Amino acid sequence: MSISNKSVGRRSFLKSSVTTSGGMVLGFSWLASCRPASKEEVLAMPEQWFDINAYLKIGDNGVVTIYTPNPEFGQNVKTSMPMIVAEELDVDWKKVLVEMAPYNAELYGFQFTGGSRGIASRWEGLRKAGASARHMLKEAAAQAWQVSADEIKTTEGVLTHEGSGNSATYGEMAAAAAQIPVPEEVELKEVSEFKIIGHSKKNVDGKDIVTGKPLFALDHQAEGMLISMIVQPPAFGLRLKSISNADAVKAMPGIKDVFSIKTYSEGQEKGGFDTNAFPELVAVVGNSTWEVMQAKKALKAEWEPFAAYSETINGWRGSSTVNIPAGLENTTDHKAQMEALAAKPGNVVRRDGNPEEAFENAANVIERTYSAPYLAHNCMEPVNSFAQVKDGKVFIAGPLQAPGMIEPIISARLGIPVEDIDIEMTRMGGGFGRRAYSHYMVEAALIAQHVDAPIKLMYTREDDMTNGIYRPTYQATYRAALDENNNLLAIHVKAGGVPESPLFANRFPAGAIENYLAEEWSIESNITIGAFRAPRSNFMAGAEQSFLDELAETMGQDPIQFRLDLLKRAIENPVGERNDYDAERYTGVLELVKEKSGWGQGDAELHRGVSAYFCHNSYAAHVLDLSIKNGMPVVEKVTCALDCGIVVNPDAAVNMAEGGIVDGVGNAFFGEMTFVDGMPQKNNFHQYRMIRMGEAPKKIEVHFVQNEIDPTGLGEPPFPPIFGAVANAMYRATGTRHYRQPFLKDQRLLG
Amino acid sequence: MATLTLNINGERRQIDVDPATPLLWVLRDNLQLVGTKYGCGIAQCGACTVHLDKVAVRSCTLPVSAVGDKSIITIEGLSENGDHPVQKAWLEHDVPQCGYCQAGQIMSAAALLKENSKPSDEDIDAAMNGNICRCGTYTRIKAAIKTAAEMR
Ligand code: FES
Ligand code: FES
Repeated sequence: MSISNKSVGRRSFLKSSVTTSGGMVLGFSWLASCRPASKEEVLAMPEQWFDINAYLKIGDNGVVTIYTPNPEFGQNVKTSMPMIVAEELDVDWKKVLVEMAPYNAELYGFQFTGGSRGIASRWEGLRKAGASARHMLKEAAAQAWQVSADEIKTTEGVLTHEGSGNSATYGEMAAAAAQIPVPEEVELKEVSEFKIIGHSKKNVDGKDIVTGKPLFALDHQAEGMLISMIVQPPAFGLRLKSISNADAVKAMPGIKDVFSIKTYSEGQEKGGFDTNAFPELVAVVGNSTWEVMQAKKALKAEWEPFAAYSETINGWRGSSTVNIPAGLENTTDHKAQMEALAAKPGNVVRRDGNPEEAFENAANVIERTYSAPYLAHNCMEPVNSFAQVKDGKVFIAGPLQAPGMIEPIISARLGIPVEDIDIEMTRMGGGFGRRAYSHYMVEAALIAQHVDAPIKLMYTREDDMTNGIYRPTYQATYRAALDENNNLLAIHVKAGGVPESPLFANRFPAGAIENYLAEEWSIESNITIGAFRAPRSNFMAGAEQSFLDELAETMGQDPIQFRLDLLKRAIENPVGERNDYDAERYTGVLELVKEKSGWGQGDAELHRGVSAYFCHNSYAAHVLDLSIKNGMPVVEKVTCALDCGIVVNPDAAVNMAEGGIVDGVGNAFFGEMTFVDGMPQKNNFHQYRMIRMGEAPKKIEVHFVQNEIDPTGLGEPPFPPIFGAVANAMYRATGTRHYRQPFLKDQRLLG
Repeated sequence: MATLTLNINGERRQIDVDPATPLLWVLRDNLQLVGTKYGCGIAQCGACTVHLDKVAVRSCTLPVSAVGDKSIITIEGLSENGDHPVQKAWLEHDVPQCGYCQAGQIMSAAALLKENSKPSDEDIDAAMNGNICRCGTYTRIKAAIKTAAEMR
């Protein structure tokens, strides 16, 4: 046992008024089995619940409800977070019901899904929630039996005292346990004692998903609810001038109102996740989705260019000012601007040794430039939110990754204190970063306030795809200096983008290269951008790993051995001090993927590409096997090695890694958004090509490095290196290096 | 507006709608059958897939007036207790991530298996290519379809 008494989340263990005793709606546990529940598996509901802490309550019959604190968008935290609590509580998983916790920062801290930080940031707090409840149950039993709590053992929801022969279920002790003071310190299990963590459990919402239950905000219904849609400027750089035919549209069947909303009040300070492309929108409200869609189509508005302005963003790192230029931007101009800036000296972010001299003395210099386009998130559930404003109170139910970030913004815009704003975090139909920017909830609340009725705001797919918050477009130039014997002397990277640089100057291969120079640049833009699965890494990994592949080839070395040799240098004698990766864990995933893929024993038909990357505190390496059929690349297999520390729910973790790999292959092949005169050139899936069944890897094998390190990120890390694996395998297949994403740009669109 | 009678999940339901309304919105707005999802509205993503006389169709582009007497099955009516082989196989493989596309995937898969009880990889690719899964669960979907085929 290890003792933990840190103060993380202690407040959460205070008795909460959020969870109330009494009947719960949920009557079944679908956790027990992959099969639909048989009679025996249906859990009987207790007569009474006892709140132990904000994360769990125990019923008098031993059934336990565990609340999962972070929003769910497919990463499966709704199952894996309760598993952590259940482990330390020492309860039979079959007796566990899971519910989404309410949004309540007092009780649950930062309820955020993003940055692959969910499990990592909750690890200790959730364990302590379970462990302190177990402690309280033991104390209650000790008092009842007049024995020492230390002599009481627990096994899957049963307390026993060997000496006296006493035993009781958690249900029997729950009432008494609820009266025990919350312990100052608790014992946590050793990793070797885990019985639930590390053992795959089925998705707790699986049954509801496959039977079509209303889980998503878009499914939300309320008495008297109206449907609302927005009309936004057709191009970035434009704003609303006037609505031309409001009266005619209002007269259309089923239409209640047409009006414009300002999504910020005058001078309102923006939060870090408060990106919003169009500060004035037209709202159309009516009885049914179809009627509102017709009205939206019929609506005519005049748009006008806006002048350049700057705004203050109060984000993660304090207040900063951002300049938004005027004008209608074009992808072709962006490309020319990026080329021009890449040719000039950038901002030096890191310099080791004397890279300038090394390049001067080089016998051979290779220089390659990589680029990637804007990407749209394209969550399958389009942006939407339910809102009601009544008696000075706001109720919102919607898909969002960071309720704590949007609540103050809603409050500031509507002039309603945060105490009177209630947000229900619905299951999200995808997130990928897009739903960290939930300003659509402000829009929904404003519309609901205006029409004085509950409304459901829904973006059409077209609205969703053309609303901005894109993954930025990037470019990076890598140079390597080699001596006459093909020894590597120096590496120089210069990277930038619109409007931000993707560079991580202190990541590999920094630390492994004697002479190293990293520079960056950026270009201002009025096209809004946002976090997209592994921001910046999702470009840099592909560029870096493609370059290292080409470098290894030029140097006549095996691509995996080349990387391992560089990492050896970083382990034994690292260059510089700010290297923010662990070269041994990095080596670990490369060695694991080498072994599991049978590297070096390749089928002559298969073209193999390797790639590895570190981000979100985790390590990922892929070997991707490609064949060419009918002139098209077919991904036959991806072998993936991951080190994300302890894996809580292995099968779900594999699912997520598979998803990251498929997402990466799809975006490497097809992902692209372009602009002409500020206007997004794709607005739906007939134009924006998404990966489909036939193009997905035929086989994916995921292997985890086994260790006892506290969990680190998983949703993002497998994604970035896939771009490099695809590029390197395509080179082996075609003899041509691919530098510009998407790699299959000119292939026909699927219909 | 017109009054129409639809045969949905084995029940006759009467509705009063603009006959041009796509079936998807009749299901979701008028009949509160929200298991069928909206993803694109232009028959490109498959989220809205339902069975029309046992054939998979995209309900987002099918005007409700074109349905007539044909039987409509939605995800809610695929099985009584969520125990259609495809649903069981989906749970066995723990297919869903976010879950949003899955009703459409399941409806496409169930229609495929009705036509072809032992689909090859190529058959599955062809039948499922109209269903996008943004979360990338394709390998599991394929495996689950094969498992469901075994169960039948
Ligand atoms: S919503 Fe019908 S196919 Fe996309
Ligand atoms: S599971 Fe999320 S879109 Fe398919």
